[in-house]
Order: sequence, then structure tokens, then C-alpha cells
Amino acid sequence: MMDTAVQLRRPDETGVPDPFQYMHPLMVKNYGAWAWHDRPRPGVLYHVAKSGDEIWTVRAGTQRQMDVFTIRKLCDIADRFAEGHVRFTTRSNIEFMVSAFEKVQPLVDALQSAGFPVGGTGNSVSMISHTQGWLHCDIPGTDASGVVKSLMDMMYHEFITEEMPNRVRITTSCCQINCGGQGDISINVQYTKPPKINHDLVSKVCERPAVVARCPVAAIRPAMVDGKPSLEVDEQKCVCCGACYPPCPPMQINGADSTKIAIWVGGKHSNARSKPTFHKLVVANLPNNPPRWPEVEEVVRTILYVYKNHGRDFERLGEWIERIGWPRFFDLTGFAFTKHHLDTWTGSRKTMNMSAHVHF
Amino acid sequence: MSHDDISHDHRDQDRPQQDTGGHHPTPMLDQLEEGPWPSFVTGLKRLRDAEGQQYAPMMNDLLGQLEHSYNERLGFWKGGTVSVFGYGGGVIPRFSEVAAQFPASKEFHTLRVQPPAGLHYDTDVLRKLCDIWERHGSGLIAFHGQSGDIMFQGCSTDNVQKAFDELNEIGFDLGGAGPALRTSMSCVGHARCEMSCYDEVRAHRSVINEFLDEMHRPALPYKFKFKFSGCGNDCVNAVHRADFAVIGTWRDDMKVNQDGVKAYVAKAGRKYTIDHVIAMCPTRALSLNDDDTLDVDNKSCVRCMHCINVMNKALSPGDDRGAAILMGGKRALKVGDLMGTLMIPFIKLDTDEDYENLVALARRILEFFADNALEHERVGETMDRIGLPSFLEAVGIDPDPNMVNHPRTSCYVRTDDFTEEAEKYFERKARESGLDVAAE
Repeated sequence: MMDTAVQLRRPDETGVPDPFQYMHPLMVKNYGAWAWHDRPRPGVLYHVAKSGDEIWTVRAGTQRQMDVFTIRKLCDIADRFAEGHVRFTTRSNIEFMVSAFEKVQPLVDALQSAGFPVGGTGNSVSMISHTQGWLHCDIPGTDASGVVKSLMDMMYHEFITEEMPNRVRITTSCCQINCGGQGDISINVQYTKPPKINHDLVSKVCERPAVVARCPVAAIRPAMVDGKPSLEVDEQKCVCCGACYPPCPPMQINGADSTKIAIWVGGKHSNARSKPTFHKLVVANLPNNPPRWPEVEEVVRTILYVYKNHGRDFERLGEWIERIGWPRFFDLTGFAFTKHHLDTWTGSRKTMNMSAHVHF
Repeated sequence: MSHDDISHDHRDQDRPQQDTGGHHPTPMLDQLEEGPWPSFVTGLKRLRDAEGQQYAPMMNDLLGQLEHSYNERLGFWKGGTVSVFGYGGGVIPRFSEVAAQFPASKEFHTLRVQPPAGLHYDTDVLRKLCDIWERHGSGLIAFHGQSGDIMFQGCSTDNVQKAFDELNEIGFDLGGAGPALRTSMSCVGHARCEMSCYDEVRAHRSVINEFLDEMHRPALPYKFKFKFSGCGNDCVNAVHRADFAVIGTWRDDMKVNQDGVKAYVAKAGRKYTIDHVIAMCPTRALSLNDDDTLDVDNKSCVRCMHCINVMNKALSPGDDRGAAILMGGKRALKVGDLMGTLMIPFIKLDTDEDYENLVALARRILEFFADNALEHERVGETMDRIGLPSFLEAVGIDPDPNMVNHPRTSCYVRTDDFTEEAEKYFERKARESGLDVAAE
């Protein structure tokens, strides 16, 4: 490398790859011309095209962060028991498409015996969408992979069956930026202390005006500390969101004990029935407790099974709460309703009950 | 490469905490190998234990650092600058803050790589991706990140260019990072779904491949995301995750196969059908007739998809299909969550010209964003900052009652040009209904 002149290769800016080269031939043939579908069993979809062609899909859960050996094992199964064509869902499940019903059971068996749960369809708890965490992120409060593994173990039965009132979409995020997004249940880091500032480093590492501009509550201002240009935080104003930390790593927002986990419910992207909604706070201040986060697991289990027992068919978790009311939700789950559940951000009055409609 | 030999040397000097096999003990992570769900820890260990592979020492130290994080409950990666020749973005640099203890994984960068539209693969290409990553990276790949990227996680600085060159040779390109156009996602759609209202692959590839310069050479005020869902079920979560969400819908009447409806009622029961289909219609557009056929008030229907989802053998979207465009979705930073807001009630997506119109609309919004957003401001925040009327005027979109839940309730507005604005509205309505306004 040192001795020879480096030959740099210009990138070929190919952009989004054309999927037709990888797609199952029946999907190419019937592209845009499907008629209806059914679910013969959990984890299996059956689609019928207008041409009369049929295709079966077997869906299996993965760990998302996959080693090449796992991917090759999935490829071996796809070559031996399916037809060599797969796709992934947005929630990191893998789907194998086959052209004959007879191939479904051997494929299901092969996946299960290799340790891949078959499910995630219909009214199941699908794989949790998650973020990077301690494995790879530069600002994480927790490790999404570990939280997800622990929770999916707990909810395994709900992945391989379709026993919930409607689909359940769970997300986790390792900081309050919330890359994991909205979910029926969301498990998100919630910081509880203002950033701890290393004043020796701020002027070397941070573009101070940009950091000041990031703060949603204008709590950061430039300051001279011990003769050095730095930043200071008005801790009365600070909402501990961590927005200053990515542009200024010396403003450490994480602490082994102060980084907590909050659980939110009722987020929904689909337009089915009700309009899309944001998730709402249920419990905060749960400990960030690796390797299996038992306190988080307990709260999620409680919410999930109260919903399972009380929700009506096709009600998403937020729609179920909408029907029974928040007082009953807090009663049924046994969680506390506190002043912190009252929104204080812009537009918060619109989240209040501006009526005499009361649940008793 | 000598790089790995050097890492071995460092490791042998620096680390006291190793078992007889030279592995870092991982008592915390080991507990994540229990339970029925596939374990990422078991996968990491397979890579650590892969004899003779260049990445094995790196993955041993990676496991060591991760165990260290589990013990300390803190992360130990920092960013930096790593790129490939010709591009400014697409690589997420990670340098270890505890490299003295875990030197072989001191550089652990991620390559974000754009997936095929609809996330389709065959085993041949997956194996090629694995082989490339085994030669140059860690052997750890995530399918997929939240923006849709294939994330090739764990690469030394020296190997980033080599890995990219090989990925690029087989038709894969880097995705977005930083203040740039980001990698996009589209649902399975036309490929296998009867709900699909437009050609998602075509829309996705037409839009993103037109603006690759904005992805590869970050120069926007902040990130910008497109997402493509074929119907209101929004399987790629476009409404809240995308600055520009393309969500399939239709304009004409939904299609009803009354025999299919009767068959559904016969099977599910009349009460069940009424409670779970008819009564769950958000706009009371459905009624079950006495003979168990369905009465649809299509003018009241908002295309929410519920009844079609439940009775998909009997009901389907109409024939006059296209998409609704919502803009400005994002998560908390900085002004709080914003849900995408309906900007274009319907754009036809059928002919070449229709798809060119979609790309032209995308260009207008991107150019507006590049020219007007403040640093680190998402387009939804710009829309709020300047007010929707100014945004609409700037990007050439006419106001439409579909944009609102209800008209304004605040009287703090200056309305001296209300009459002129009303005339524009009537002219538009006349134009839309095919009248020749100029002739009047």
C-alpha cells in the first residue's frame, strides 16, 4: 500500500438496485395484478393473482444483527426448501416465497428446527423494530439488541400465534431521538439528569453556537469556565432531552444510573380505522438494567396482556384505550398516573380533555 | 493483511481478562444466548470463533467492548470522518474510546448500503454480500436499519474502500447519512399485495435515483427522507418517518364483490360483521343491507383500508389509483413530534408522465428545503416556522380542504384579500371540472 500509487476507483452511482433481478418469478409475472390473500396458519401467507397463479409466503423472525453464518443458513434453507427468493419485512422478518402448497410445511419445519420462529403475520406481535445501541451507536443510552432479545423471548408465543386483538408493533430506541419510531408499545431511553459538561473539551470539540441552537428550551448559553470558552446549562430549564450531546460529546447526557427507560403506548402508522397517532407516556424511570431488563419486561408484559384480554378484535392498542378511556387503562394495568403524564410542550392544551366527558 | 497481525500483537500485550482460548469472558452477554428467540450474541460468537477469518480477533474485542458496556451501562464509541473516494456520506465512522483494552475493534465503521426496492433478494446475491463482508468487514450485517439500509457493521478504516468497491461492482450503492437525502424504503406492494395502488418500485427508484447527488454529497440543511407505501396501511411507516410520504389511494368507488360479502357474513356472522366491519368504519360510510350485501357511501369513504383489510376477498380499491402525498413527518428533535400532513390529496401514478410529475414535485420540495430550511431543521419544522400558506405558495401547491381537520379557529389573521383568494378557488374548481375558464 505504501509503495505503490493508490489507484482510486470512481464509484458507479447506481442508486437503488432494481429488485426484479432478485424477485420470485411469480411475483415478477403477476406484478401489480394480485387478487386476494389469506393466512392458512400463523406465519404463512397465501396470495392469489388475477391470473390464478398462487404463491405461499413463509415468514420467520431473525435477530436483525446477523452474522454471515446465520444469513448463509437462511440461504441454504431458501435453496433447499424454498425457491431461492426471499425478502425482508420492515421489521427484519425474512420471507420465503414458494409456488406450491406442498413446500410450505417442510419449509416451516426446516426453519423451526434451525431455530427461526415462524410467525409475525396477522394479529401477532411482530419483531420489535430497534436501533443500534451500545453495539454501534455513538450516543446510546442502552443496547437495543439486548432489550429486543429479552422481550422477544418473553413474547415468543405471541410471535408464533395470532391471538392478539390486532397486530402489535413494538419499537425500542436507545436515546430520545427515537430512531425506533412510533409503536403500539415503545420502549425508549429517557434521560433524567442534565448533561455533565467536560469544560476542558468543549471549545476544542464543539461548535458552540450550533450547540446553543440545538436546545429546544434555550437552556444552553456560552460561558467562560476556568478561563476557557465553554457552555453552561440552566438546569432549571433543562428537560434532559440529550439534544446537545450528539453535536457536543463533552456534554455527556448518559449516566449509568441516570439513564432510565420509559414505556409509551398507542402509536400507530396505519390509517386503518383511526388516523395515525403518536405514542403516549405510561411509565418512566425504569432502571436500565442489562443484560435482560426485567423491570422493562414486566411492564411490557402487563400492558400486552391487559390489551390481549380486553381489546376487541381489530382494535389497535391505542384504539382500545380510546374506547375504554385512560382512567380504566391505568386501573387495569395498575400503573400510576402522575403530573408527568400531563403534556407541557407546544400544543399541549389540545391533548387535554376539554369537555365534561368523564369515565367512572 | 498486516493490519490483523498488528492487532494480534496489541491484544497479547494489553489484555489481562481472557480465558484460555484468548476470549474475553462475557458473563452478561452469555445470558442473552438463553431463550427461544434467535440470539445476536450467539451470532457474534460464531464470528469470533471463525477460525482463520480476518475478522475473528475484531469480533472478540467487539464482544469484549460490548460486555464492558453492559457492565458500565454506557456506550464507548465516538464518531469521526471516514468516507469512500468520490462520496461524502454513507459511512458511519466508529472509533472505540476503549481501544487500549480492545484494540482489534478500535475501528468499527458501518457502511450504509441501499437495499433493492421492496427488500427483495435471491440467495445468490445474499451469499455474495456475505462473501464480500467476510473478506473486508466483520461478518456482521443488519437487514435492515430503520431508514432501510443494509447495514454492514464493523469495518476498519483501511477496508472501507475495498468493501465498497466490491459491493458497488455487484450493483449496490451507498445510502445516506448526515444532512443529506436518506436511503428510502418501499413496501412489498405491486410484487405481492392486492391493496397496492401504484408501482412502488418505480416510484421509489425514479425519485431516489434522480437525486443521488444529494445523498452521496451531503449539502442539505438536514436529513430528508422519502418513503413509499402502496396503501393507507402504510407498511413502511411513511406518515411519521418521512419528510415526503407517498401513500397509495384511489379516487373512484371501491370495488365490492357482493357474493364475497355474503360469503364473509355467512362465515363470520351478521353481528360480528356489523360490530367489526360496519361499525368500525371511521366515517360511517358502510351499511349492511338486509340481504347481507354491502352498501358503500363512497363519497364519505376516506380510504382508511379497514374494511378492505378484513374482507379482502370481497372488497378492493377502485381502478382510478394513485397516491396521496404527506409532508413533514419526523420525531422529537427539535420542536417535538410532527406527523406528516396531507399536502396533495391525489396524484395519479399510471403513465410515464405521471411518474415524471412525481419526480418534479419531489424536486420542488427538495429545492425549497435546500434554499429555505435553517441548519438542522427538518422540512416539517420549516413548514411550521413560516406557516403553511407561505409554504404552499413557495412550492406551488394550492390550498385544499383535505389538508385540515377543520378550518382555522383563531381570528388572528389578516383577510383583506379573501375575495381574491376565493375567486382563485372557484377558478381552480372550474378548471378541475373541465370548464374553460378563459372563455367566460
